[in-house]
Amino acid sequence: MTRVFIPQDAAALSVGADQVALRMQALFDDRDLDVEIVRNGSRGMHWLEPLVEVEIDAQRFAFGPVSDADVSELFEAGFLDGEIEHPLALGLTSEIPYLKNQTRLTYERCGLIDPHSLKDYRANGGMEGLERALTMSPEEIVSEVTESGLRGRGGAGFPTGIKWNTVLKADGDQKYIVCNADEGDSGTFADRMIMEGDPFVLIEGMAIAGLATGATRGYLYTRSEYPHAIDVMREAIDIARVAGLLGKSVLGSGKAFDMEVRMGAGAYVCGEETSMLNSMEGKRGIVRAKPPLPALEGFLGRPTVVNNVLSLASVPAILAKGAAFYKDFGTGRSRGTIAIQLAGNVKYSGLYETAFGLTLGEIVNDIGGGTLSGRPVKAVQVGGPLGAYFPVELFDTVFDYEAFAARDGLIGHAGIVVFDDTVDMLKQARFAMEFCAVESCGKCTPCRIGPVRGMEVLDKIARDENRDSQIELLHSLCDTMKFGSLCALGGFTPYPVVSALTHFPQDFRPTGNQQAAE
Amino acid sequence: MAGAMPMHEITERTAAIVDGYLHVEGPLLPILHDVQATFGHVPDAAVEKIADLLNLSRAEVHGVKSFYHDFQTSPAGHHVLKVCRAEACQAVGGDALGDAIQKALGLDWHETSADGTVTLEPVYCLGLCSCAPAVMLDGELRGRLKPRDAEALAAEVRR
Repeated sequence: MTRVFIPQDAAALSVGADQVALRMQALFDDRDLDVEIVRNGSRGMHWLEPLVEVEIDAQRFAFGPVSDADVSELFEAGFLDGEIEHPLALGLTSEIPYLKNQTRLTYERCGLIDPHSLKDYRANGGMEGLERALTMSPEEIVSEVTESGLRGRGGAGFPTGIKWNTVLKADGDQKYIVCNADEGDSGTFADRMIMEGDPFVLIEGMAIAGLATGATRGYLYTRSEYPHAIDVMREAIDIARVAGLLGKSVLGSGKAFDMEVRMGAGAYVCGEETSMLNSMEGKRGIVRAKPPLPALEGFLGRPTVVNNVLSLASVPAILAKGAAFYKDFGTGRSRGTIAIQLAGNVKYSGLYETAFGLTLGEIVNDIGGGTLSGRPVKAVQVGGPLGAYFPVELFDTVFDYEAFAARDGLIGHAGIVVFDDTVDMLKQARFAMEFCAVESCGKCTPCRIGPVRGMEVLDKIARDENRDSQIELLHSLCDTMKFGSLCALGGFTPYPVVSALTHFPQDFRPTGNQQAAE
Repeated sequence: MAGAMPMHEITERTAAIVDGYLHVEGPLLPILHDVQATFGHVPDAAVEKIADLLNLSRAEVHGVKSFYHDFQTSPAGHHVLKVCRAEACQAVGGDALGDAIQKALGLDWHETSADGTVTLEPVYCLGLCSCAPAVMLDGELRGRLKPRDAEALAAEVRR
């Protein structure tokens, strides 16, 4: 039977994938054709969404972007035969350069399989990591992960194995694995794609983390803005439980691990791990002072691993293929692959998984194809709303944790938002302050009051009131926020502000931007 | 609509919701979500009942409720339109889209139309940054919008 793949990923849904699927199903029904429509995750080539694929002899032919109005024409043109001449025909999916040039370890199956088919999952290498982990001692699993060089993909880049080891060594009757899926950074959607496209890899990664640390219970905390991801994850957890992958005896090993999904309630700061733990406990999402580390006193005061989605989703491949295999990718102290997310004003928007080590310019211009508007790139914000704005002059910066830190930036969750030359950087700096003011949990003074003062100062600069002294004041305020805040929200908000000031001083001069925008 | 609901009904339904979560570790957020979904907001009577059943003070429950953007004090409109205001959407005309939607609906952010048809909320990232600018209408996603789509969205919620 022919299979047609139409993504159910939220990005595809937002541009009409459901309508395409409905129209196609009606067409197949009308003609009594034996064609199965599979709702897969996204391949990550979002500028081509909805991307429809036809499977013929285990090969997939891509068409996109397909709208429901294209369906009957595609059918008449014979798209079910795969290789046809048509403006929407893209040939073999695996040969599309954007996909072909990637190194897909974490996203190996994303967009390839039916997210709710454990059979598909196993057939494509799933469960091998967990099966191997079940033959190992907790110490052996932890050292394998440590050896791989995997660092937390949430943004901080802390070595995952060291965190696991702390929890393994901690005393406690009950330990927890918490998956941080509170992906609130603008420009990021990598976690969402995994949850919607390959949920079992996350479940497998969490189960391995449980085996490694002695934690028997897991929580996945995600955003209420991600209703589709929540639905896919919950269904996958139910399937995993029925299949014995979760429960009192994981794959019949006698070792217990089970998990559930928790939904946030629209607070950005809850992506900060201690704030998340408070939120899960049913409290205000206020940041906790560290120490104590969550690894020792986390959820309900018990030892807790808090890892990002991509950290946990990378674990099955590390266990299945070995630490050395994973470590072979990357550069310097940034090992393995990173899921770069290209967003905003960029031609080829989407997710691109590759080894660390490309330059920012290669990513934006070669992979991303420059701006969508066709105008020159002016700035790219890397690492979400708390990430620095980079000018084109710094496009030689290598994409790894250390190189970005050396240039007063951060790669964060690896989201890259591209802006063309119409952007007003003073406005962007003000937005960073405004966002911090709205989302601050209020616990520490620099983050609670700092951004409010920051907006006022930026408004004065915009009105050209004592501009030079106000700019000096803004730098001083940013220093206070950077060094005096309890967590990254107040501490990193200065990154976009100071980088805008440093690299785009013309936008902070009167009438400066009007010229640039013309 | 919850505004017209008798107090005892709010209390009873809240008690039933709380009962379903007593076995959960950290039950308050799931409870508040359920209450919000049931009544369209979190009524004061529900706060009181939750506090009573979880052995918390009303101040504690109110504190949690007021911390999170999702929990509303007054009933939302029949439709809820959430418009992304974050950077990736800004980079491709999100501000112009937001302005056009405000104008088409005659509403500012966080406002509900006088006839209760629609509530307009800003949201900071729907994760559709690669198909920006984006909105969510009653849980349904729309991406790659243009300011000219604002009128059609407004017509849709008024229908």
